[in-house]
Amino acid sequence: MNLFNTWLPYILAGIAVGGQYALIAIGYTMVYGILRLINFAHGDIFMWSGLIMVYLITVLPLWLSVIVVVVFAILLGTTIERVAYRPLRSAPRMSIMISAIGVSYLLQNFALYITGGLTKTYPAIRFLQKTVAIGSATTKMVTIITPFLTILLVFLLVMLIKHTKIGMAMRAVSRDFETSSLMGIDINRVITVTFVIGCALAAIGSVLYFSNYTGINPMSGAMPGLKAFVAAVFGGIGSVPGAVLGAFVIGIAENIIKGTGWTTFSDAFTFVLLIIILMIKPTGLFGEKDIDKV
Amino acid sequence: MEIKLKNKTKAALSTIAIALFLILIYAADNGMFSGSSWRMFITVIEKGAIFALVAASMNLLNGFTGLFSLGQAGFMLMGAYSYAIFTIPAASHDTVYQYFDGGIIKWSIVEILENKMGIAGHYLGIFLPMIFAGLLVAGVAYLIAIPVLRLKSDYLAIATLGFAEILRAFFQWNTLGPVTNGSNVLRKYTTYESAIFPVIIAGICIAIIFLLINSTYGRAFKAIRDDEIAAEAMGINLFKHKSMSFVISSFFAGISGALLAMFQTTISATPFTTQMTYEILLIVVIGGIGSISGSVIGAFLFTASAEWWLRGLDSGRWLGISSGIMRPGFRKVVFAILIMMIVLFYARGIMGDKEFSWDRFVNWWRSRPGAIKAWPDKLKANSEARKKARTAKAVAKAKAKEDKADSEKKKSSGIPLFTPLPMSDEVIIFDKEGN
Repeated sequence: MNLFNTWLPYILAGIAVGGQYALIAIGYTMVYGILRLINFAHGDIFMWSGLIMVYLITVLPLWLSVIVVVVFAILLGTTIERVAYRPLRSAPRMSIMISAIGVSYLLQNFALYITGGLTKTYPAIRFLQKTVAIGSATTKMVTIITPFLTILLVFLLVMLIKHTKIGMAMRAVSRDFETSSLMGIDINRVITVTFVIGCALAAIGSVLYFSNYTGINPMSGAMPGLKAFVAAVFGGIGSVPGAVLGAFVIGIAENIIKGTGWTTFSDAFTFVLLIIILMIKPTGLFGEKDIDKV
Repeated sequence: MEIKLKNKTKAALSTIAIALFLILIYAADNGMFSGSSWRMFITVIEKGAIFALVAASMNLLNGFTGLFSLGQAGFMLMGAYSYAIFTIPAASHDTVYQYFDGGIIKWSIVEILENKMGIAGHYLGIFLPMIFAGLLVAGVAYLIAIPVLRLKSDYLAIATLGFAEILRAFFQWNTLGPVTNGSNVLRKYTTYESAIFPVIIAGICIAIIFLLINSTYGRAFKAIRDDEIAAEAMGINLFKHKSMSFVISSFFAGISGALLAMFQTTISATPFTTQMTYEILLIVVIGGIGSISGSVIGAFLFTASAEWWLRGLDSGRWLGISSGIMRPGFRKVVFAILIMMIVLFYARGIMGDKEFSWDRFVNWWRSRPGAIKAWPDKLKANSEARKKARTAKAVAKAKAKEDKADSEKKKSSGIPLFTPLPMSDEVIIFDKEGN
């Protein structure tokens, strides 16, 4: 019981962070599933949603600014897709990846320009910051809300993918890009919808994530982004429930490592996990076997 | 008319160009020209040479072997540290390692050799730790290569990025403080005195990379890049060649890290982030993936614009334009937009996958007046082609509208739009391929 009490705060924090990573990871896994592209800019879209929130909260009420942030993230994501990824769709895979890296570089530098390189204070959302006591541990409301909200959103998303026409189109496109376009599926529309969903979830994730931390700077998107990508790989890229599970595993493990006093290596652990997973089961937990065609 | 130079002429031209370049650097470095521009020039040359080396090493991996690796910043960091740690003079250890009781290593290779061999020992003392840094990084890279090189393109990118992050965390680890000084900066280590030094070292290393690419190994690398399965079928040992490319690339990244440490005179792990790797990658892209000379040109252009030409954008005045939007950070935004333009519209980069050659240079130089003369005609032709396309589009649109109206009319008047095909009771089943 004593052991449980010492570890409870870390596990709670881990679950919360895991839920936030999950919301980002969905964007990675869906885009990778369809375009076979690591959207390096996704972490920066996440960071930008946080930054915009900082500026919006000064002029708009909270509920409205959350909505505007989500809309902004969607617009940013779809614009990036339209401008930087669509023209390169038939180009070799390396060029589109370089384009993604270029976009990430641009977004980071633009944020650096806007903020002047300073860490901005994220607005305190009183409802999310409320302290709650669970057993012996006290924690913020956001810690409690995150996992439930994440699971609700993921449930809705899985329903969308399984039972709607656009969801079916998404599955078809991720299975076979060319055949599905020959079957009359509007590929561009499917890709846009994918980006819309991914970015909206990342924006929601950013509200939850940055409520936990006080500051936000142009680089604060990079690490969560990479971790979320690892989570997506862990769960099997292209699989939404897999990404969510991977995110929770990473979040909890990371916080337990912090609890044991190896904070320096909490980031490194993620990548060790990635390499182990790729060595043992390259398709991830729920990934489908991908056969290379010659 | 194409001009073909004789090999002797080419060799002479190269020698003259290199000699002029070195003399220029030597003169500028020793203050024969005054003015802040020349000081800027020297900075750009030094930093440009260092980045040219690391970009060439990344090109060897990404452009010639087709391994999309993003670990370069991590390897540079390691090279920088392993150089700096062994060259801090004994007297300075207490001030540098002030939080770690003067550290574990109480000696400096430079001093030991200097005492034994005098001035020659001093240079040897700089040179040996640098080579050691490269070898150490290469050894670590070999260990990393074993798990990582089994991965395919994008997974490889993420895994190497991850290893770079792990290295960064490792060097900031407080427990290693007596050696790496934890998260504090390393300083006061021995550095080079003349700007010629990094230029010559980087030049030799790039020449080695260049020779390697033109050797049988280089051809094997290119074969792996173009088609892994075909290369394997031709008897190329994939893992051996991939790990060789990875290790050699890391060796040179380590050397350039050591040079960067000397250039900066202080070193800490914080700036070696993924953004630095991205910058190196973008240099490679600007120069042309698969061209070593492109990487060199790209590196100098990149550093010159970042450090010098676009600097005015940060301070509010640039090319005589002054504006309120030009405040610190604006330079990097403009820069990033320029890079995106190159990536999207000029993906081949400056050199494409061709190397610099005097033949091409001379022919390009000769064709220049003609190209400028032909420019207005080309613009005119372009605009005419655009106009033609526009009219054709308008005509097609009008026709489509007409057709639609026609079919609507036919539909409303009851005329069938098409005659149904005759029914056939024979169903053709296509055989599956291979049956």
